[in-house]
Amino acid sequence: MPSVKFIEHNGTEHVIDGNNGDSLMVIATSNLVPGIDADCGGECSCATCHILVDDAWVGKLAPATETEESMLDLNPDREPNSRLSCQIPMSDELDGIVVNLPEFQY
Amino acid sequence: MTKIVIIGGGQAAGQAVASLRQEGFEGAIDLIGAEPTLPYQRPPLSKQYLSGAMPADKLLVRPEKFYEDRSITTHLNTQVLSIEPSEHTVTTESGQFSYDKLLIATGSEPRRLSIPGSELAGIHYLRTMKDVDDIRDQMQSAKRLCIVGGGYIGLEVASVAATSGLSVDVLEMESRILQRVTTPFMSDFYHQLHTARGVNIHTETACSGFKGDQGKVSHVICGEKELEADLVIVGIGIIPNTELAAAAGIACDNGILVDDHCQTSDPDIFAAGDCTNHPNAILDRRLRLESVPNAMEQARTAASNMLGGDKTYAAVPWFWSDQYELKLQMLGFSQDGNSSVLRGDPEALQFAQFYLADGKIVAVDAVNSPKEFMVAKQLYGVEVTPEDLENPEIDLKTLIPKP
Repeated sequence: MPSVKFIEHNGTEHVIDGNNGDSLMVIATSNLVPGIDADCGGECSCATCHILVDDAWVGKLAPATETEESMLDLNPDREPNSRLSCQIPMSDELDGIVVNLPEFQY
Repeated sequence: MTKIVIIGGGQAAGQAVASLRQEGFEGAIDLIGAEPTLPYQRPPLSKQYLSGAMPADKLLVRPEKFYEDRSITTHLNTQVLSIEPSEHTVTTESGQFSYDKLLIATGSEPRRLSIPGSELAGIHYLRTMKDVDDIRDQMQSAKRLCIVGGGYIGLEVASVAATSGLSVDVLEMESRILQRVTTPFMSDFYHQLHTARGVNIHTETACSGFKGDQGKVSHVICGEKELEADLVIVGIGIIPNTELAAAAGIACDNGILVDDHCQTSDPDIFAAGDCTNHPNAILDRRLRLESVPNAMEQARTAASNMLGGDKTYAAVPWFWSDQYELKLQMLGFSQDGNSSVLRGDPEALQFAQFYLADGKIVAVDAVNSPKEFMVAKQLYGVEVTPEDLENPEIDLKTLIPKP
């Protein structure tokens, strides 16, 4: 199974195996990674699963849809590598991906 | 403290067990749910789950392994009979549980019709996965669907059914659909949308009974009028499940009364989700909400406070509804506004209606406009000029006050 490394804002690391097809959000919430609220359950409706993708991995992801882009655009902590983790499905190509969690979800 | 019991198996219960473990609680957690399923997401039931776009295993908020790995004992298909606060026990049909702290997350259930013929086969309510499994089975062979109640659930079902080729009638008692929850402008927009997609909406039309054929519904009676229907879905609101709490002497009034820490009138008993009636300091009033974000955040609040924390719940309510290809995101209550500003173009099916009270943003209805929804989250209570809000040349980001 491919794995993902979540790094909390305080530096705590969580390395977790995930099923192909499960979103990074589902992998995080199923393993009690703090800092991902995911209030809408993965509908791209709330932007409370914001992550910052490690620069080395940004190019391997499918680009954000217009909806995801709009949800992110007004986030005060938005960075060029910001994504919503509910919109990123796990795959073998992403084995080892590193993502950072922001201090707050809005 | 060593034992926490949770009554309920919905999203509040599911979030509470996760939050308890996340906050380091190592004692016993017993989750007692009436449904046969682990906690799952309800919002997709009337949307992607009904349409078949989302499979059952994706509905679960967390996989079964999560509960095993974290030593959370689940008792599904189990009815709680009573709570005994003085003994700190909960009695179910299969035994008794003792608790140090108890969370009531019993949710709500659909308001039911009690009119002639309402027991006929083919008349459904929509609240659980099982309800939708049954509805989906029937939709395979049904020709004419009649939806009683023009609220969000009914309209979401109408959009799925109309898209899949059924003939759809919607009956609404009031003069417009969505009357209880939105403004005439939004009611009118959705009325036109559904009409354009072939749905027949009948306002000021009360359902007075049903006629059947061999025990199965065949007609819906509305006073003088009869509509053919081989499938009926009733969506006329919900009732908070307060019976257990009330019988145990816990204060209830249109929901289980909790404070901003999700604590009930019994200090060892907390409540979260649809079943609660809670204060909201931002809106300066008590609320009973039918909302997942509310259930999740109350669950986090209750979990923290059951463990001795001091977490206060106060958030501006928000909701969403998917109909056809339109995503509606709502923040606050539009009724709180005394003026409104339209940004975007309803004809293009992309717009946001902002509501202001004394010049300050208090609500938004955003259709296919996630940016406007997100900006409203950050501009709640902030004074803005209508000219800026409605001007497409102005980037909404620039209206957010600098910290």
